Amino acid sequence: MIFKKSTYKLILASIFGLLLSACAQQAAKIDSQIQGDVYTGTDTVEYLADGVPDRVFFATNESVLTTASRDTLRKQAAWLRKNSDINVVLEGHADERGTREYNLALGERRANAAKDYLMTYGISENRISVISYGKERPVDSGSNPLSWSKNRRSVTVKAN
Amino acid sequence: MKKINLLTLLIFIIFPFKLNALIEVDITRGNLNPLPIAVSALYSDKETTESLKKEIKIDEIGYEISIVIENNLKATGLFNPLEKNAFLQKPDVAHLKPRFEDWSLIKAQALITGKVEFKDNKVRVEFRLWDVLAGREMLALAFTTVPNNWRRIGHIISDKIYERLTGEKGYFDTRIIYVSEEGPKTKRIKKLAIMDQDGFNTKYLTLGNELVLTPRFNPTNQMVTYLSYFKNLPRVYLLDIETGIQEVVGDFPGMTFAPRFSPNGKKIIMSFAKDGNSDIYTMNLENRIVERITNHPSIDTSPSYSPDGKFITFNSDRSGYQQIYVMKSDGSKVKRISFGNGLYGTPVWSPRGDLIAFTKLHKGKFYIGVMRTDGTGERLLTENYYQEAPSWSPNGRVLIFYRETKSNSEGEGFSAKLWSIDLTGYNERLVLTETDASDPSWSSLLSN
Repeated sequence: MIFKKSTYKLILASIFGLLLSACAQQAAKIDSQIQGDVYTGTDTVEYLADGVPDRVFFATNESVLTTASRDTLRKQAAWLRKNSDINVVLEGHADERGTREYNLALGERRANAAKDYLMTYGISENRISVISYGKERPVDSGSNPLSWSKNRRSVTVKAN
Repeated sequence: MKKINLLTLLIFIIFPFKLNALIEVDITRGNLNPLPIAVSALYSDKETTESLKKEIKIDEIGYEISIVIENNLKATGLFNPLEKNAFLQKPDVAHLKPRFEDWSLIKAQALITGKVEFKDNKVRVEFRLWDVLAGREMLALAFTTVPNNWRRIGHIISDKIYERLTGEKGYFDTRIIYVSEEGPKTKRIKKLAIMDQDGFNTKYLTLGNELVLTPRFNPTNQMVTYLSYFKNLPRVYLLDIETGIQEVVGDFPGMTFAPRFSPNGKKIIMSFAKDGNSDIYTMNLENRIVERITNHPSIDTSPSYSPDGKFITFNSDRSGYQQIYVMKSDGSKVKRISFGNGLYGTPVWSPRGDLIAFTKLHKGKFYIGVMRTDGTGERLLTENYYQEAPSWSPNGRVLIFYRETKSNSEGEGFSAKLWSIDLTGYNERLVLTETDASDPSWSSLLSN
């Protein structure tokens, strides 16, 4: 018994404090990557060209494009206008917290939201095809809100 | 002599209840006192046993068939098959004339006995169902088949016993088609698989080269409709599981999905997605005519016909969120029926016509439940982290569905399994499959 009871308590308390701040940091890290249920991080993002991200993210059950998504799609449109020989496939995805059939429809709706936006920025419909994978091809296999937010996406892929 | 026969027949007609006042099993409530039943090994003589051992590598055919029956009855939760080593009478003697005192001594209320013979390369199986307390035979039947079909005989006998004791058709001589799953979540390999209702005789119908989803049986034959990503074009296919021949259903310029057959098996109903909008269509398999059933900017999917073919239940988010709707089969008179808290999906009409089973998502939990076809009387049968896609047993008493477990941030701990539950909400059971499994669909009875 080298430690007195009070010292022991103090150590316990400080360990607990450390744990708490670690949790808070973790939460802050997640917060900084999700805003209003939409993923804003860059972990899974690939690039079609320098400064042209390949994907946009959605809120749960939503297919509305966020300001950041529209920004990404305008960059994609500019890149596509410069590279008129390239066609693309828009792959729409959903997270695992929904019924399979509804998610297939939701993925299709999301990819079409991205397609419509590309078209308003001058990309011809016949350069864009759309496929939905529903919840079948998650990019992150975790079962937590951050993983799900990464999986609710439309990814622009070169078709040729 | 003829007169006496007529008289017996008359008595039978006039007093059918008296003669039938034997054991009965009530399947309309959760059964907390399953009926104690003794399933004696079926008797076979030495010659039969030896030749079947050679023919199909089964040591004790009569015993094995009795195990098939025992397991089927046990899985219903309505019966409690008794330990065979407590049986006092030998199978051959019992089959001729049971000594009922011996069977009531071990608390059996019903007894099954039988006999197997092997002649001209055919197996003949007869069985008898006895009411132990009344000391009377309730049922006696015989079947003949090729040796390899021996498990089916066990299932057919189970169906006959179930029907005799509950008054409703059984569901044992049936198959389940499902999606077999392997590999990590991000690169899941999926194959169509089919097995007997009790998990035996698994066969894989596709190789796993392309993603396949949501297989469903034709209720009238052995055709199957499902979604395949063949050549990366998600389309509804029709597959004949006897011949292996398959074809695309219809000529749609986009994704078709969520297929099901009409009750007469002559139409496929499904969703077609175009420009961000999914609507419901049918295709007549005889004349190939395609009809549009819904026309709404929302997502309309997961359609399922009522057993009389007059109505369709489906899933739509036209209210803003996933809810369940019913309409006439021509698409008119659309009416929302789900009004509880949460989201509702995958409605599927009971083969009895009175209920619709569904998946419900509420506060981060998934439920399998049933409601009447007007949306009243909602009952949630089971709650879990993730489960969906119920499919009815052909008698409308049991639902099979799939359940997924949560994975950690590395994706570990994930599994997908088939489960079944009674309409009463009791008797939840894991359905054993060789691999992980999802999207089960229950066939009709193979024999009637």
